[in-house]
Formats: sequence, C-alpha cells, structure tokens
Amino acid sequence: MYLVDKTSSRSITYGEAIYEATYQEMERDENVIVLGLGADDPKGLFGSTKDLHTFFGSHRSFDTPLSEDGMTGVAIGAALAGLRPIHVHQRMDFVLLCMNQLVNLAAKTSYMFAGKQSVPLVVRNVIGRSWGQGAQHSQAFHSFFMHVPGLKVVAPTTPYDAKGTLISSIRENNPVIFVEHRMLYEIKGIVPEEPFAVPLGKGRILAEGDDITIIGISHMVAEALRAAAHLKEVGITAEVIDPVTLYPMDIDLIASSVLKTGRLLVIDCGWLNCGASAEIITQVFEKLQEEKSFRAARMGFAETPCPTTKNLENIFYPSAKTIAMRAYKLINMKEDWIPVSEEAKEIVAFRGPF
Amino acid sequence: MEKTPDYQRFYEKLYLIRRVEEEIIRLYPSDKIKSPVHLSIGQEFISVGVCEALDPHDVAFGTYRGHALYLAKGGDINEMIAELYGKEAGCARGKGGSMHLIDNKVGMMGTSAIVSTSIPHAAGYALALKNQKSSSLVACFFGDGATEEGVFYETLNFAALKKLPVLFICENNQYAIYTHIKDRMANTDLCTRVKSFGLQTERIESGSILDVYKTAQNMVERIRQGEGPFFLEIDTYRLRDHVGPLEDWGLRKGSKEDALKWIDKDQVSVLGGLLDDFSKKRIEAAVEKKIEDAIQYAEVSHFPENEELYKHVFS
Repeated sequence: MYLVDKTSSRSITYGEAIYEATYQEMERDENVIVLGLGADDPKGLFGSTKDLHTFFGSHRSFDTPLSEDGMTGVAIGAALAGLRPIHVHQRMDFVLLCMNQLVNLAAKTSYMFAGKQSVPLVVRNVIGRSWGQGAQHSQAFHSFFMHVPGLKVVAPTTPYDAKGTLISSIRENNPVIFVEHRMLYEIKGIVPEEPFAVPLGKGRILAEGDDITIIGISHMVAEALRAAAHLKEVGITAEVIDPVTLYPMDIDLIASSVLKTGRLLVIDCGWLNCGASAEIITQVFEKLQEEKSFRAARMGFAETPCPTTKNLENIFYPSAKTIAMRAYKLINMKEDWIPVSEEAKEIVAFRGPF
Repeated sequence: MEKTPDYQRFYEKLYLIRRVEEEIIRLYPSDKIKSPVHLSIGQEFISVGVCEALDPHDVAFGTYRGHALYLAKGGDINEMIAELYGKEAGCARGKGGSMHLIDNKVGMMGTSAIVSTSIPHAAGYALALKNQKSSSLVACFFGDGATEEGVFYETLNFAALKKLPVLFICENNQYAIYTHIKDRMANTDLCTRVKSFGLQTERIESGSILDVYKTAQNMVERIRQGEGPFFLEIDTYRLRDHVGPLEDWGLRKGSKEDALKWIDKDQVSVLGGLLDDFSKKRIEAAVEKKIEDAIQYAEVSHFPENEELYKHVFS
C-alpha cells in the first residue's frame, strides 16, 4: 500500500505481520500466551495465531470455552501473576461481553491499588466488513475504550505498524485494546524480519500535503490515501495522518498539520456520535483556538446498524470517492466534482466467510 | 500431613479481626473513614480457618467484604487502617479504601467491589501458577450472591477443564443485601450445581472454624497433588448490615431470632473459651495494642498530595 520503512524490502501482509510479531514475542518471552476462540484451530484466527500451539505448546496458545467475560477475567488473573496474555477476538462485536472485566477491572487495577498490581494484557479485536457481515459482525468500539482512563487503544493500519505496535503492546505493562480491521489483513507492506517496537502514542504522516489534513482511523486510512490520490487530480494536496494509537493520541502531530493546512477532515471507522472523530476535532480546536481558525468536518459509519445487503452496505461506509468529495467541498465550498473511483480492491476481493 | 490446629493462633486472628471491625464501628460516627465499609462480623471464622490451612506463598482473592480475609492472610494492619482513613500510608495510598484492600507481599490480591469479578482472576492466576510449575495455589473467596453471576459458571467450567489449582470458597450468609437466597434461587443446593461442572465439593453447616480448617486442609493438600479445583461452601451469618456499621434486623426478611443460633456459636467466643485465661488475656492485650498503634498510625499519616490524583493510571 505504501512504504513506512524504506530500509527493508521484504513485503508481507498485515495478517502475516501480526502473526510474526506474536511468534517472535512468544519466542523471546515465555510469559507471552495466546488465548481465545479459535486460537489453535486449523484456521488460527485468519492465520494470525495459526499453529502457535505446535511451536510453543498448548499451555501457551489455546482455544477457550465460549465464555468471553470469564476468559477476560482469566487473562487478567494470569496477567496479575506475571504472564502476558494476548486475548484474541475474531470480531470486536463479541468484546461487548468482556466490557465489565475490561472497564471495571483491567482499567482500574493499577490505579485502585496504587501501582502494586498491573495488567499487561493485550486484547486483539478484529473489526469486520463486507460480504454480508451485517449488524453484529462489523462494529468498531474503539471510542468506548478511548473513554476509559487506564486503557491504551491502538489501531494500526500498515503491516509495519501492525507488527511494531503489537510488539510494543505485548511489552506494555498496561492493558492494550489492539484494534485490527479484516479488510487490512491481505494488504501488503514492507516489514523488517527482525523484531522491532513502534512506540505507542505516536502518529504517522502517510502523505504530505498543504491544503487539508485528513485523519483516517483503521481501514479508513487506506480509503483516505486513495481519496488523496483523487484530490491530486484537481490540484489539492492532502496531508493524510494515521494516528496509529488512539489513546494516548498524538494530537500535537495532528494540530501542527492543521496549523499548516487550516482544514481538518476526520474519517472514522465507526459512528460519529461521541466518537473518536468528535474527540480529535475537539482536542485540535482546544489546542489551536488562540492561534488559528480552521474548518473541520467528519465522516464515519452511517447512523444506522450496518446492513447486510451490498448496495446499502456500500453507502454505510465512507469511500475514497465520498471522502475526496467531502474534502473538496471543505476547501472549495462547492460540490461540482465527482471523482472517478473504483471500489477498494480489498473489499472487492473479500469473500469471507468472515 | 494434617497439622494440629493452633487454638492460640486461631483466637489471635479471630479476635484481631473482630476488634478491628468493632473499632471501625466506634470510629465511624467521627467520619474519619469516609467510605463504605462491608463488615465481616460473624463471618471471620471462614477467612481464618481457610487461611490457616494455606501456606504463606499461596494467593488469596476476595471481595469488597474483605477486612477479615485481608487480616487473616496476614495483611499489614497499619496500612489497612491508613487506607480506610484515606491516607497516603494506606495500602493503596488512599485510592482504594475499604473495598479495595491489597497486600501483595503476603499474597493478598486486590479486592473488587463488583460482585464475582475476581473469581475468574483466581482461575487465571492459577493457570499462570500451573504454567510456571509452581507449588502454590489460589484461594478464591466470594459470597452466595456471586454464584448467581454468569462469570462464576464460566470460571468453574474453565478451572475444571484445565484442572487448575484453585480452592473456591463460598461464604453463604444467605443474604444479598436484604434479599434471602430462597427469593433468588429456585434450587439453593450450590454443591450439586457446582459438582456438575466437574469439581469436588463439600458444604460445612456447623459454623465451626475447626471444621473449616480441617476440610480446607484436606482440599488444599489434594489440590497440590494435582486433583484440580475444589469448591467449599460454608454456611455463615452476617451480623451487621450489608454496608455500614449498623445492624439490619428490621430491613431483611427473617429476624434477629434467625441470627441467635449463629450468635450462640460465635467462633470468637468459642475459641476464646478453649484457651486458658492467661493466654487469652495475653493475646487480647497484644491485639489491642496493635490496633491502637494502627489507629494512631492512620491518624498521624498525611493525606496524599494533589499530584497523586494522576499517578498510577498506568503502571
């Protein structure tokens, strides 16, 4: 998709990057374990945990009963004893069953006990999309977790960041909500083979530009980059920023870009109301209000549950085309341009089943 | 090897817990303890009986009704009272309070105020101990109300499946706040229910600390031999309100008469009666001094500085 690291030439997919980070960390530290529904089945969570139990033993990578609440508690308890569990969920929708343990326990443990206990836990959540995922296999709840002090929230987009931030998350002494997107799984990028850590809390400028700052979240980064390519056709250069970590957010990076462009468009991979887009725009406003007035807009899921049928699903999500048009309007206050745009190839290619 | 019960030790712990809570009741109107307290008065024999059967390296998970367990496991009394006072010298620097006591130096894990939530933690901790080939085990204390939460059953299933070294202890005091167990469950036979998950179970109805100790010792030994998790249900009675220092006879179904049989066999008195007068007085005097010192320690300790608010959100 795009290069982050230009020193390596090896190209792997996002899914492979997650697998590689997990494998390498399990090899480095015997306290790292993987658990979750389907973790050790033949498909191994879209390949990301495949056969880890054969390398590291079934005590370190194992399937669980269908008990998301209980197993989150088990992962927390294991973390209290010094393990570094990675709890995997094939869809983020199911993580709602874990909310009590994540919000009331994992997020509070360090604080309630004044740092005498910590919870080095990674919760991996895959957001679904396309080929009929429907209302309960497509939800993105990163904003819920951003709301709660005590949790870190990471949503890498590139294979490079997927590997580097997962390694950082595993080494982190606090609970990390690690947000992945199913549509990113087959996308390739340059990723060094050796283990490396990408620090949490740092955003990344993926395309430089002067006319508008576009923030994408998760898969929407990919769409924002395509939108930026469309905008070039009409002489607009967009600065596309991937926050990578949603909490703590690299708001300085975003604000300094807006200071330059004077326009901010946030594309969330989630609903708008009380969401990450509201948070980003507010924080940038609070930071810049004394020195710069700027225009802002946001896009995200339609304010409906996600429909299953393809034609409605298409308009549920922002696309490269609608993002480009929104950016154009924000700059020119006109709607007299419609870019010629194809549906994203990863969406076209996806045949599920999930 | 079965150890002989050390009556003096049992009494010292029972007396300490009872007297600490009586002091909390005495201090409560002064408003120096500005937080909810869930007293264990009447239930102390369970924490003491089970903890005496554990080794010091074993780990305990408990609940917001945690004073008895904290002290029975050997938690620092100075840090406990300071915590109740909201002082920086408290076990959680004043950020936890009565419901979130911790002393991980003695294997007392931090307690939770959300019913049943530490039950899966006990299993997870035990999973880690098993992975680490440790000889330690986990004792997990909770009330009868917690057995109504789904996570309890999720945990039983997983603990049995993985044969985890956990002793589950249900302190069945019959009441969830003021609601009797018979108004909450069609079938109140907890042991049969738990047994169906593949755990071995036992129920103690006598209210005797010696029975608790003996049974817990046996279970602990078998857990260490790899037999997997055990469930121990212990009948008891809460002699104070669900929360706060008062009695609550007018609030719950049933009456003080129901409590009288429990008051008659109160284990603090029973154990005290097994000691000679000299030993009893010596133990009591030492405990009184310890409590007095702890209150003094809390009184003179500082409240945390404002900067403390933002510390420890992350480790």
